[in-house]
Amino acid sequence: MSKYHLDYLEQLEAESIHIFREIAAQFEKPALLFSGGKDSITLVHLAKKAFAPGRIPFPLVHIDTGHNFPEALAYRDQLAEEVKADLVVRKVEDTIKQRDLTEPKGKFASRNWLQTYTLLDTIEEFGFDACIGGARRDEEKARAKERIFSVRDEFGQWNPKLQRPELWGIYNGRIHKGENVRVFPISNWTELDIWNYIRKENIGLPSIYFSHEREVIAHEGQLIAVSGFIQVDDTDTVIKKRVRYRTVGDMTCTAAVESAAATLDEVINEITAARISERGETRIDDKVTEAAMEDRKKNGYF
Amino acid sequence: MDLLRFITAGSVDDGKSTLIGRLLYDSKNILVDQLEALEKQTRNKEAGVIDLALLTDGLRAEREQGITIDVAYRYFSTPQRKFIIADAPGHVQYTRNMITGASNANLIIILVDARQGVVEQTRRHSIIASLLKIPHVVVAVNKMDLVEYSQDVYNNILIDYAEVAKQLGLKDVTYIPISALNGDNIVDRSSVIDWYEGKPLLQLLEEVEIGRDINHADARFQVQLVIRPQTTDLHDYRGYAGKVASGVYRKGDKVTVLPANIETSISKLEIGGEEKEEVFAPQSVIIHLADDIDISRGDSIVKTDDQPQVANELEVLLCWLDEKPLQPGNKYYLQHNSRLLRAVVKQVEYKLDVNTLQQLPVEAGVKLNEVVKATIKTASPLVYDSYAKNQADGSAILVDETSNNTVAAVLLQ
Repeated sequence: MSKYHLDYLEQLEAESIHIFREIAAQFEKPALLFSGGKDSITLVHLAKKAFAPGRIPFPLVHIDTGHNFPEALAYRDQLAEEVKADLVVRKVEDTIKQRDLTEPKGKFASRNWLQTYTLLDTIEEFGFDACIGGARRDEEKARAKERIFSVRDEFGQWNPKLQRPELWGIYNGRIHKGENVRVFPISNWTELDIWNYIRKENIGLPSIYFSHEREVIAHEGQLIAVSGFIQVDDTDTVIKKRVRYRTVGDMTCTAAVESAAATLDEVINEITAARISERGETRIDDKVTEAAMEDRKKNGYF
Repeated sequence: MDLLRFITAGSVDDGKSTLIGRLLYDSKNILVDQLEALEKQTRNKEAGVIDLALLTDGLRAEREQGITIDVAYRYFSTPQRKFIIADAPGHVQYTRNMITGASNANLIIILVDARQGVVEQTRRHSIIASLLKIPHVVVAVNKMDLVEYSQDVYNNILIDYAEVAKQLGLKDVTYIPISALNGDNIVDRSSVIDWYEGKPLLQLLEEVEIGRDINHADARFQVQLVIRPQTTDLHDYRGYAGKVASGVYRKGDKVTVLPANIETSISKLEIGGEEKEEVFAPQSVIIHLADDIDISRGDSIVKTDDQPQVANELEVLLCWLDEKPLQPGNKYYLQHNSRLLRAVVKQVEYKLDVNTLQQLPVEAGVKLNEVVKATIKTASPLVYDSYAKNQADGSAILVDETSNNTVAAVLLQ
């Protein structure tokens, strides 16, 4: 094998850094959408590398549903400080009040869908022309067709039939005023790639990604953490389990998995052996309709 | 572990989706919940067995119409390799999607229906593979179960395709008889097709030599952006960030900045903040130069003793990708990696028939999915190689000034 050879993680890293630099060069006001999850943490790490020794030339933006894991919020603040990036936080709670939106009701009333309103308001407030997200094509069917540079209209809408062809590594980010581009630098990474990269680069993660004891209820085969955000009924049994999270979203729509994996190596072993996909195991909201993601994306979701 | 990107091409009913589903399923890359969703959908369609083709149907719009409308990307890995599949639809009108999917591919699987043999679509897909210079071609003769696994049928298709390959100058062509539906020769060697002595498809994909697919001879680098932190501790820092498109750069190399044509040398190389003695394609790096030169985005830094072409009148092949036809004389932007230049398509010489390779006269405008030979004039000189010599530096796109759409794939000649 030639000495000029990159392994797959190095190739993915090089591609993502190239994308980050294109964003910085092509757009006036980009923003990195930061959720506190492992994918956006990896994004921040890649951005740091892309612009080192300079600092990341755009803010980290968190659309805060108010239903976050406290561990993820603490991690967010610490990371922003560490990489010396500006942090913009906009709360879904405020959008609900300002726009008099109706909150979904029910057992696991999720503000996931309402985030879109806050996101679009934030884009308008700051005039962001590119929003960088940590979506991966392996996550979900509608994501598999997503471009790396995905143009959205003034309403933030995605039209799957009018995607720009994306050839070689050439990214066309030209847009009209009012439009914006969602950019996904880790499109070609899989869940396992992210974990292997986190291990290789020694990237820190919020503690909830590792095994810990938590009070949960079992609901339709999924374990939901007991918190002030969900409704615990008389018929529910609260149990204590050793769990960890495979994804970190809202407490209302992310399920825990039973696990004793306390280190990165143990987590990677568990995922390698896992026979259920990340979204299938941990996202409560995607089960609602077959085309849930397709619908949300068309309406301006990440 | 390395990375292989491949594309699958076939006509509408050649069993392409079934093949991809089979590859994912038999290599155990389909998970329990995905399988459950599949079973549910299959039952809806009242078929008996799980329909593996459904795995690759993405959007509801497609499922309703039972078609694939766009390139979808699939991921799977084995202990040997990580694979990225560009799944491009086979319809006549979607040549543009195939070109998109093929532009990054190391390898193409061309599916041939054993009952149909080499048809017009097979030729078209092969011509696109040859235009885009995809290094490795696998001809998978599918539905062998429907021709009673006949070696004669298979051999005749081989003879027919060898003609096509010869005409197109395809070098690395491998043939394999399969049944995607039954899993013959996909992951394991088929016990029924006992006359076939080659590798099953997955093993072939795992073992094809791709180290030489990248051009490591001609050093090419374009500046994406200039990194100037301008902080107290990094006051004089000035680095040129970009991707090594091809070749190798070493500290101390004598280089020329183009198109300005200024000579200097490399004083420092960095990757992600770490200093390196040498860097190579496709790494994303930072180059420092010994002299202070006015350099901006899109400028090229190349080795002084191996320089690309510099010209503003360009012979190109254009694959037209937009609904709106090409109007010769119209202005576009030519985007060559990170360099954006105003450009005008001056003359369209001929249209290439993608079924026969015949050169046809251009009567009306150039329409979606058509491939033409043309001359482009750019506002300033372009620094490039021919696509045949160096794909990474010989490819570009045209962007419509008014719609901002990507309207053409450009292969520099």
